[in-house]
Amino acid sequence: MADTTNIGSLSRRAFLKSSGAAALLVGFALPGGSGSRAARAEAPLQVNAFLRIDTDGTVTILANHSEFGNGAYTIIPMLVAEELEVPWESIRLEAAPTRPEYYSPVFGEYLTAGSITVFSLWEPLRTAGAQAKAMLMDAAAAEWDVPPEQVTAQVGVVRAGDRQAGYGELVAVAQARNIPLRESVTLKTPADFTVLGRDRRRFEGRSKVTGEARFGIDIKLPGMLYASILRSPAYGGRPQSFEDSETLKVPGVVKAKAISNGVAVLATNYWSARKGRDALTVTWDEGPNTGLSSEGFFEEYRVLADKPGMLAEDIGDSLSVLAAVQKPLEAVYELPYLAHVTLEPMNATARVETDRCEIWSGTQYQSNDQERVAALLGLPQQAVTIHRPLMGGSFGRRSSKTADFTIEAVEVARGESVPVQVIWSREEDVRSGFYRPLFVHKLRGTVDDDGMPLAWHQTVVGQSIMQHTKHDPAYMVDGMDIYSLDGCLQEPFGVFSYGTSYAIPNHRVETHNPPKVGVAPQEWRSVGHSHTGVAYECFLDELAYAGGRDSFDVRQHLARGNARMSAVLAMLREKSDWDAPLPEGWGRGVAARVYSVTPIAQVAEVSTDDGNYRVERVVCVVDCGFAVNPLNIEAQLQGGIAMGLSAVAGEEIVLERGRILQSNYHDYPVLRLNQMPRIEVHIIDSQEVPTGVGEQALAPTAPAVLNALFAATGRRIRRLPIRHHGLQLS
Amino acid sequence: MYRVMINGTRHEVDAEADTPLLWVLRDFLSLTGTKFGCGMGLCGACTVSLNGRPVRACSLPLGDVGDAQVQTIESLAASGELNPVQQAWLELDVAQCGYCQSGQIMAATLLLEQNPAPDDAAIDAAMAGNLCRCGTYQRIREAVKLAASHRTAGGDHG
Ligand code: FES
Ligand code: FES
Repeated sequence: MADTTNIGSLSRRAFLKSSGAAALLVGFALPGGSGSRAARAEAPLQVNAFLRIDTDGTVTILANHSEFGNGAYTIIPMLVAEELEVPWESIRLEAAPTRPEYYSPVFGEYLTAGSITVFSLWEPLRTAGAQAKAMLMDAAAAEWDVPPEQVTAQVGVVRAGDRQAGYGELVAVAQARNIPLRESVTLKTPADFTVLGRDRRRFEGRSKVTGEARFGIDIKLPGMLYASILRSPAYGGRPQSFEDSETLKVPGVVKAKAISNGVAVLATNYWSARKGRDALTVTWDEGPNTGLSSEGFFEEYRVLADKPGMLAEDIGDSLSVLAAVQKPLEAVYELPYLAHVTLEPMNATARVETDRCEIWSGTQYQSNDQERVAALLGLPQQAVTIHRPLMGGSFGRRSSKTADFTIEAVEVARGESVPVQVIWSREEDVRSGFYRPLFVHKLRGTVDDDGMPLAWHQTVVGQSIMQHTKHDPAYMVDGMDIYSLDGCLQEPFGVFSYGTSYAIPNHRVETHNPPKVGVAPQEWRSVGHSHTGVAYECFLDELAYAGGRDSFDVRQHLARGNARMSAVLAMLREKSDWDAPLPEGWGRGVAARVYSVTPIAQVAEVSTDDGNYRVERVVCVVDCGFAVNPLNIEAQLQGGIAMGLSAVAGEEIVLERGRILQSNYHDYPVLRLNQMPRIEVHIIDSQEVPTGVGEQALAPTAPAVLNALFAATGRRIRRLPIRHHGLQLS
Repeated sequence: MYRVMINGTRHEVDAEADTPLLWVLRDFLSLTGTKFGCGMGLCGACTVSLNGRPVRACSLPLGDVGDAQVQTIESLAASGELNPVQQAWLELDVAQCGYCQSGQIMAATLLLEQNPAPDDAAIDAAMAGNLCRCGTYQRIREAVKLAASHRTAGGDHG
């Protein structure tokens, strides 16, 4: 996930701030595990804010990161179990409440994002586990009156000589003797790991094959009503007035009410709410966007791309080198808006009372939602409780900076005596959400006498995600959004501590931040790399061909100063059979990216047949530091590659006169099983601190596929998606 | 008032005839394992068995269910023991977010009942209608094959 530059400021002390107050705990068990909370009389041992051990030996971990497919609920217990030496079966997870002591030490907020979960919990949770184990061992040593060095702990049992006691039995001892928390503990080194580094299936896995897993949409509360919202046909419009006489005739409908962005119909079941909604007549104030279209933006951005922008990087002297070349290579890449279309449509449930509010929402940004709801209702922040159901995918959608779907449920539930669940239809989800912004990249370049890239000049044009949000100070550098440029720069920039891994001797990158108008830009899995990856790696390929060089040679040459990327590329070249011949009509393409410190490279192999192409195989090599759970890493990489391929092949959101033309999976096609390539994943063996893979996987996929298509067909596609060029993925 | 047979039990449902079976299951019977993804028969998240055939519950009005036997994901491990498809899914750790997986597992279970040893083409044909935005397709393919081998090895109890 995000940047790792804050590693130094990771506040372990703050993270582990001991909290003895059992009252802090909420009794909301997350799925999975087998520990039962039923009728435990004795007080549990509160080791610190994150760990509690019951007298029956059940270890409860308060998870402060969300599960939306990322594997957080498996990594969290793995990190604790490694040091605590506790059997997997005695672990249970509880959602940590939305309070500052549980905020991410990297973000300073309650937020799961940026593929940094493993990275940010790596030390704190192992330390918590080690401290808990030390506490129990100290208790045993005191109770048995033996020197602490004679005490050992394994699989939930503490031993010394011929004495032994289960963790649960030592809980009362530790409490009675008031055993203090050991501030400093020695953590295991990877050579001694028995849990970390091994394949571990999902903690909540069983609930996800039985249908028992509870997502936000599955919340049922006594007396709860369901709501469906009619939204403005134009993006950003608002209701002026509405007529609900037909709506109120629909059996099951209770009422209709206007909220800030639409008219909500409340009913005893969702279908009645939908029917009631469809029977509404609403007069709209269509808002500020009706003059805006994707085509208009592309036109405007192409013009901007020809003009000098803000200078993000200027290594060597690209302008002079290019001015001296007769005809530098030039290309423009155009990338559309993209939608997240998580399979679970947005939804949230709220119960609003005079002095408090309870919310069940699949948000990955709990502290933000809490803050905004509190502000809306005029309540203290802690009067807002955010419950954390599982999430049916996110890909960035659920880190909404406006807390949109949560706030909306609160608006609807406000003034009602019962809780209300708002469920978005797929059409609302496609048309009224947030999007990967539309981008235009203009590139110019030339090669040296050996055919290797000599000068590069890139101008990046697209709306900033972070500008004018509360993240502005951290992510904007002199008016430039570091996410817009992520993957284009050779040197570290702002809080991003890494570059492309390439060293092109003359390298200039400029950017324009056009005004934030039209649909709202948001992180979309891999964020900047979702567009910069295409522009950068495809144009690099164009330069390689122009210089008469092999695409792989060029990348290895440019990355020769970067040991980690060089190792990744060397392995990829071998594993992908890059140098082996292919049948007629087939092609291979390569792309190599560094995202959030993780170097990752892929080779895609495509076959073509008339207007159809198949991605036969994708080989992926990644160096994500120590591989904490290889089984999940492989899954994240497979999933990321699928999403990258999906986008480049078929995904596009089009804005026309303020309206989004797409509405559901038929006109916003996402990858299907029959289109899935064979994916081979290789992880570089490493003992370094683990870094993320959740988003990284996508970054090289789209350019690798486009480069492979060029190798197979001789056609360069510079405007996405591919399906607009008479080529269908089969 | 409609009478429907869900997972072997007769239920009386006081809903309108045009209410899709999906919402009958979810909102009237609190069987939330069957998921809403698109409402238009495009994603397969709502796949249930109707007399042994996969159908999209979002597109089947209550009034058309009649006497058919409806089986949902909740019925597969009713005895507490996972069916071979669920076991294979668990073994290969197929699920990511998990939201699509009820539909995937229903589709795969019904496929294997029709075709105990499907080849790649048969798997593609039967499963292409079930979207997974998390991209778990590679493991789905492997799990269908694993389940097929479990079924053959362990006798037909799927
Ligand atoms: S919800 Fe029924 S097919 Fe998508
Ligand atoms: S596992 Fe998330 S949609 Fe399939």
